[in-house]
Amino acid sequence: MPDLTTRTEPARALVIEPGTITPGRARGAAPFRREGPDKLTGTAKYTDDLVFPGAWFGSTIRSTDAHARFAGLDLDDGFDWSTVIVVTAADIPGENVVSLIKADQPILVAIGGEIQHHAEPLALLAAPDRATLRAARAAVHVRTEPLPAVFDPLASDHVFAAYELASGDPDAAFAAADVVLEGEYRVGHQEQLYIENNAMIAVPSADGGVTIHGSLQCPYYIHAALKTGLGLDDRQARVVQAETGGGFGGKEEYPSMIALHAALLAGKAKRPVRMIYDRHEDLAATTKRHPAIVRHRTGVTRDGRLIAQDIEVVMDGGAYCTLTPVVLSRGAIHAGGPYRCPNVRIRARATRTNTPPNGAFRGFGAPQTEFAAETHLNRIAEALELSPLEIRRRNVYQVGDTTPTGQVLRTSVAGEEVLERAAEAAEFERLRGRHDAARAQRSGSGTVPGSPLRTGRERVASGVGLALAWHGAGFTGSGEVRLASVASLELTGEGEISILTASTEMGQGTKTIFPQLVADALGVSYEAVQIAPQDTAFVPDSGPTVASRTAMVVGGLLIKAAQRLRTQVEAATGGTFAATYREYARSNGTVRIDQRFEPYPGVGFDDVTYRGDAYPAFGWAACVAAVDVDLDTGEVHVRDIVAADDIGRVIHPVLAEGQVEGGTLQAVGYATIEEIKLRDGRYLNDRLATYIIPTSLDAPRITTILVEAPFDAVPHGAKGVGELPMDVGAPAVVAAIADATGAWITDLPASPERILAAIAGVPAVAPLRPGASEPARR
Amino acid sequence: MTTYHFTVNRTPVELDVPGMRRLLDVLREDLALTGTKEGCGEGECGACTVLLDGAPVDSCLVPICQVDGASVATVEGLAPAAAGIAGVGVSTATALGPLQTAFLETGGAQCGICTPGMLMAGQAYIDAGGGLDDAAIRDAIAGNLCRCTGYTKIVEAIARTAGTVAADPRPGGPS
Repeated sequence: MPDLTTRTEPARALVIEPGTITPGRARGAAPFRREGPDKLTGTAKYTDDLVFPGAWFGSTIRSTDAHARFAGLDLDDGFDWSTVIVVTAADIPGENVVSLIKADQPILVAIGGEIQHHAEPLALLAAPDRATLRAARAAVHVRTEPLPAVFDPLASDHVFAAYELASGDPDAAFAAADVVLEGEYRVGHQEQLYIENNAMIAVPSADGGVTIHGSLQCPYYIHAALKTGLGLDDRQARVVQAETGGGFGGKEEYPSMIALHAALLAGKAKRPVRMIYDRHEDLAATTKRHPAIVRHRTGVTRDGRLIAQDIEVVMDGGAYCTLTPVVLSRGAIHAGGPYRCPNVRIRARATRTNTPPNGAFRGFGAPQTEFAAETHLNRIAEALELSPLEIRRRNVYQVGDTTPTGQVLRTSVAGEEVLERAAEAAEFERLRGRHDAARAQRSGSGTVPGSPLRTGRERVASGVGLALAWHGAGFTGSGEVRLASVASLELTGEGEISILTASTEMGQGTKTIFPQLVADALGVSYEAVQIAPQDTAFVPDSGPTVASRTAMVVGGLLIKAAQRLRTQVEAATGGTFAATYREYARSNGTVRIDQRFEPYPGVGFDDVTYRGDAYPAFGWAACVAAVDVDLDTGEVHVRDIVAADDIGRVIHPVLAEGQVEGGTLQAVGYATIEEIKLRDGRYLNDRLATYIIPTSLDAPRITTILVEAPFDAVPHGAKGVGELPMDVGAPAVVAAIADATGAWITDLPASPERILAAIAGVPAVAPLRPGASEPARR
Repeated sequence: MTTYHFTVNRTPVELDVPGMRRLLDVLREDLALTGTKEGCGEGECGACTVLLDGAPVDSCLVPICQVDGASVATVEGLAPAAAGIAGVGVSTATALGPLQTAFLETGGAQCGICTPGMLMAGQAYIDAGGGLDDAAIRDAIAGNLCRCTGYTKIVEAIARTAGTVAADPRPGGPS
C-alpha cells in the first residue's frame, strides 16, 4: 500500500521549546492538550479505528413495542444460520441484568418475558461481514403480544425513587407572605449527541474471559457489569478505554449494555466482535436527559425576599431504573435554586413509563429543576416590578446560610460574585432598560405580531436575560465515601513517573490536568509525568468519570499520592525529588503509592434522614443571554452570552473555558431547538436529520469569566467545571425571550410554535407537552 | 468491479471496488486512513469531511465512482512529515501544520472526533483565501457539528491561521 499519510512539499512544522512551563508551576498554566497532536493528525484511535483481524460484526434485534410479552423469535428456514451467530437470553452465562443501582434491566429480554420499552434489546446477531449480517437481520422475526403501556409519569404508580426535603414551617410562612406565586414548568428529553456513536469491541481471552475496547466514561461500571452478566472474576473481565469522542453522561451506563452484548457474541463466536452503533441506533436506543414536570409555589415579601417555597418535582425515568434515583436526588437538592429561604418543602419522585430508559446527561437532574427555579424567580421579579438582578442580590446564598438539607455553607460561596461579574460584563441593566422602552413603544404603536402594517425594523425584538445557579461538586451525599476511590502513582525502576487512574479522557482534559497537578506536587516538569492507559488490568478503581468529580476528587487524591512519594524519596536521598528520583528509582525499583479517598473534614450526610452536607462544595454560575426574536416566525437567535463560573482554583484556563463554552451551547440547544418527539413510546426524530443541535451559525458569541473561590479541603482548591454551565443557559435564554416579547415560555424548548403561541396568549399549536408521547396511529 | 484512479494526499491510488462504495469506507477500510470519522452517515454532522479537488465534501455521501480522476485530501495529509513535537509531554513522530497548530494552541479540539472534518472545512476556507470575518468562518464550518467546544475556539483557530498564513499550497489541490 502506498504511504498516503505525508505530503511531499515542506510545510511549517510546529516546534515548541520544552521547558516553557516552569517545573512546579504547571497549575494555572496552559500546556497543550496531552493527546492533542494525535487528535489533530488523525492518528488517535477511536473504537471504530481499531483493527482486530478476523473480527465479526455484531447487531442488536430490538423491540418495536412499547410494552408487550416477548412471545417468540422466529428464524427463516431459507437462511443458512450456520454462517452467523445468534444469541438470546438463554445464552447468558451469568445473571441476566445490567448491574447498576437496581437489578431491573435485562441484558436481553427472555423469550416469554416482558418488553418494557421500544428499542429494547431482544436478541443479538454476529456475522463475518455486513452483507451477511443484514441478510440475517431480515430473516429474524419477533413475535409479541402487546400489553397496555403507560406514558404519563404523573399517572404511573411505579415509583423508582422519592425524596422529601423540608425546613422551617412553609404553611405558616405562606399565610404570612405578601405575595404568593405559582408556576408549572416542563422539560423534555435531551440527547447527549456526542459526535462519536457508542462503540464496543469484545475480544475473547484464553482464560474464558473477555477484553472490551470501547468508547466509555466509566471502565469499572462495565467491569462490574461483565462480572455479573457473564459470571467472570476480576481478572477475566478487562475493560480498556479507546479514544472517546465525547460522553456528556451518555457513555456512563449504556456502554455496559453494549459491552455485554459484544461479549456474549464474542464468547459464542470465539472471535472478536465489533458492536459499532450507527447514529440512528444510538439515538433510538440509548439514554436521554430525564423529562421533568416541576411545580413551584413561592411566598415572598413585597421587597422580594423569599420566605416560603413549595416545590414538586416529577421525573420520567423511562422503563428501567438506571441512575434515576441519583439524578432525582441531585435535581431535588438543587430545586430551590441558590437562594436563602427559611421555609422550604421539596417533594420529588421519579416514576416508570414504557419509554426508553433515561440516564445521565451533564447536569444530572439539576438543569431540569434549575430551569424551573430560575424562570419562576424571574416571573416573581416581574410581578414585584423588581429587576431580575436585584431580586437575586436580595436572596442569593451568602456564607453562613443553610440549604434545604440543613447544610451550612461555610466556605467557597460565590453566587453573588458570579452574578455581579456577569451582569456588569454584559451591561445587563442598561440593555434591559433599552428593551423595556422598545417593548413599550411596540405595544403603544398598536402593531401586533404578524400585522402587515409593521415595518421591517419592528419585526425583530431584542431581549436580555439573566440566570444564576449552583451545582454540587462530586457525588451527592455519602456517594464519595461509598465509592472509596483509589488513585495511584508509580515511579518505575527506569525512573518514569506514571499516573494510574480509571478517570477517562473524553475531551474535557483529564490527561492534561492530572500531569499538571502531579508535576507541581513533585516539583518536576510537566513533560516528566506520564499517564497510564485506562485499562482495568492496570489502573485502580478511581470511580466513574462523572459528576464534575475528576479534577476535584481524583485530582486531590493524586496530589496526596505525589506528596507521599516526594516525602519518601526525599527522606531517603536527602536531595530534592526532582534531582534525585531517577537515582532513587534505579536503586530501589518500582514504587507505587495508592491513595484512597478519605472524607473531607467536617463534611457528612445522613442518607436515611436526607440531612447534612449534600456536597462538599458548590460551584456557582451566572449567565446573561442576549437574543433576537423574530416576531413573525418565532425564531430565536441567541446572539451573545456572558458566562461567569466559579469553579474553585483553575487548573488549566483554556480547558476550563472550553468546558464553559461547550456546556453553554448545549444549554442553548436545550433552550431553543433540542426536542425528542414521541409516538406510542417511540422516539420519532431518531436521526441527526431530525434531532437537531446548534451549528456554528446558531452559536452565540460566548464570553467566559472564570471566578476562583477555592475549596479548601482539597490541596489544589478545585471544584469542577463540567456540569455547571449546563444549569444556567436555558433559563437565561428564556428570560431573554421574555424580555424581548413580554411572553414567558414555561415548556422547553422555546420553539417557534411555543413562542408564537405565548405571544398571542393562546395554547401552543403543538398539543404535546415536553416528554409526552402521542398515542399510536393504528 | 471497475478500476478507479485518484490521488489521496497527492499519492496516486488505483483501486478495484464497487462504484457505489462510499469514499468514507474506501478511505477507512481499503486504504486504512482512519483519521476521517463517521458520525451519522447521512451528511448531517460533517465528521467525514474531506477535500475533493479542493472542495469540502461529506465522504459518506460520495460514491467512489465520482472520485475517479480526482484528488482527495484527508487529515492525514495536513501535517508536514517532520520531527517530533516537544512540549506536550509525549513523543510523537508527527508534526503539525499551521491550522493544526492553531487548534492545539486555542483549544479548538476537545474530544477530537469532529476535528479531522473540522480541520478540512477550515483548510478549504483558508485555501480559498478566506479572511478573519467571524460570520464568514462560521458559515464555512456550518456543516460540521461539534458538541464539545461551542465553536468559539474553533473559529478562533481558523481566524488565527487565516490571519497568518498567506497562500499555503492546497494540500489536496492539483500539483
